[in-house]
Amino acid sequence: MEAVNILPEVTWVGVLIKAVLILAIISALAGFGTFIERKVLAFMQRRLGPMHVGPYGLLQIAADGIKLFTKEDIIPQNANKLIFMIAPIITAATAFIALSAVPVFPDFTIPEFVPVLGGVFVPSIAADLNVGILFVLGMMAAGLYGPLLAGMSQANKWGIIGAARTAVQFLSYEVVTGLSILAPIMLVGSLSFVDFNNYQQEGVMSWMIWQQPVAFVLFLIAGFAETNRTPFDLLEHEAEVVSGYATEYSGMRWGMFFIGEYANMITISIIAAIVFLGGYDAASTFGWLFIMLKIAFFFFLMLWVRAAWPHVRPDQLMWLCWKVLMPLALVNILITALVILV
Amino acid sequence: MSLEQFKNRNVGVQNYTNLELGKSPETGMEQFTQVVKRTFKGELFVGLGVVMKAMLKALFKGDMHTVKYPFEKLPISPRYRAIHDMLRLLESGNYRCIGCGLCEKICISNCITMDTRYDEDQRKEVSEYTINFGRCIFCGYCAEVCPELAIVHGARYENASEQRAGFSLFDDMLTPIDKLNLQQEYDGFGAVSPNADENIKQTPLAY
Repeated sequence: MEAVNILPEVTWVGVLIKAVLILAIISALAGFGTFIERKVLAFMQRRLGPMHVGPYGLLQIAADGIKLFTKEDIIPQNANKLIFMIAPIITAATAFIALSAVPVFPDFTIPEFVPVLGGVFVPSIAADLNVGILFVLGMMAAGLYGPLLAGMSQANKWGIIGAARTAVQFLSYEVVTGLSILAPIMLVGSLSFVDFNNYQQEGVMSWMIWQQPVAFVLFLIAGFAETNRTPFDLLEHEAEVVSGYATEYSGMRWGMFFIGEYANMITISIIAAIVFLGGYDAASTFGWLFIMLKIAFFFFLMLWVRAAWPHVRPDQLMWLCWKVLMPLALVNILITALVILV
Repeated sequence: MSLEQFKNRNVGVQNYTNLELGKSPETGMEQFTQVVKRTFKGELFVGLGVVMKAMLKALFKGDMHTVKYPFEKLPISPRYRAIHDMLRLLESGNYRCIGCGLCEKICISNCITMDTRYDEDQRKEVSEYTINFGRCIFCGYCAEVCPELAIVHGARYENASEQRAGFSLFDDMLTPIDKLNLQQEYDGFGAVSPNADENIKQTPLAY
């Protein structure tokens, strides 16, 4: 791609601005995501959802935010205070660190008339690592320490069960995530998201989903498990373990788990859109719009699935991951390797 | 069917009909084929389709089930026993109550108190009439016993209050004279609700 080479140099100011932008916009989007989720679930159950705060309930996010921020921060008596306080920060922080290596929003240059910051180039990726995918998946995996430590530190049996389920789920799907995305990586020969994007620029038929349908499905399933979404929401399934690892949390600490979960949903949507659905078309005028639509579709898919499907038992999750998905992923890698060789 | 048959609690002896659920897989190969069959049957997508259809119907066909309660209300059944109404005669506008005192007598929670006197035409008129809604159990005896259909149960069911005792006077329950044309005639205890036609659904006969 010639266009990439003439881009201005990325300065640390630009990266800093980008980081602030990601933090601000993704946090806001995570809040908005809760609103969208409540609305979509409501519509699918023939309800109206939040309607009374602001037009169509749009200001419900603000009301919830105020509630979360002003709620008392309760730390249970026998909890391990330090770890109890750190755990939600791990979830939220790793979710945002993962986003630093993902291309979010198009790049732009701040116009010259803006004082101090005029002329600064803001890149589309805060940290354009050459091992982008590895870094993102690693960070999202590290984020699972949040629920794990939270559940174990709170001196509550539901928390312990939630933490145990975190470990079970983590061990099961992480293998599948890595193996499923290995085949596309072998095809592209790079771990950078930019290379993935450039690999699929010859129209819809060059999208990775046509070459790697099995990997796509496996990655999607593993992504649902990774973001702790409905068919695999074992960690905090209310009907079974009260609230799992989040039982004792309230106020902003609980809110941080929530923001982390929604930021992870956005990250998984972005990865799926870039790796399998063609990514952003840098040359086209509407590339940014298409990637937004793709991300929005994956986000909607997560809500859609939540409305439609029941969730699985922990043993079913392990059965699925170890006995079905992992062998499938291995076979997929083998076939891909053979095709590349031949 | 004899009573004995109902009293028989020995599980397995009764004449139950089992659902036809198919054979559960026994060997490993059968389990495998079942999993593969279920995987490619696309049942999961049927579920996705159902909720999507529900959403589209709710959004664009007006099939939304939410009733925004304080702003809109569902019609209630005529059998519903809410706060009482005192009805008037449609021709003369006089209240129907003849002061017989049957409602006061039959009231099992003693919440109706009434006092009557003769007016100048030697016709009985109600001088005092109160119902204590803190005591009333809304049994409906008063409406049932009334020979003139003067006291009936109306449709005002929002009777939350800040204190236990809540007295309602005769004039409060009486149909206002200027709204006489709007007075709802009591349909009787066996009447169906006004939206009964909409509520009729096919009986599910899956089994």
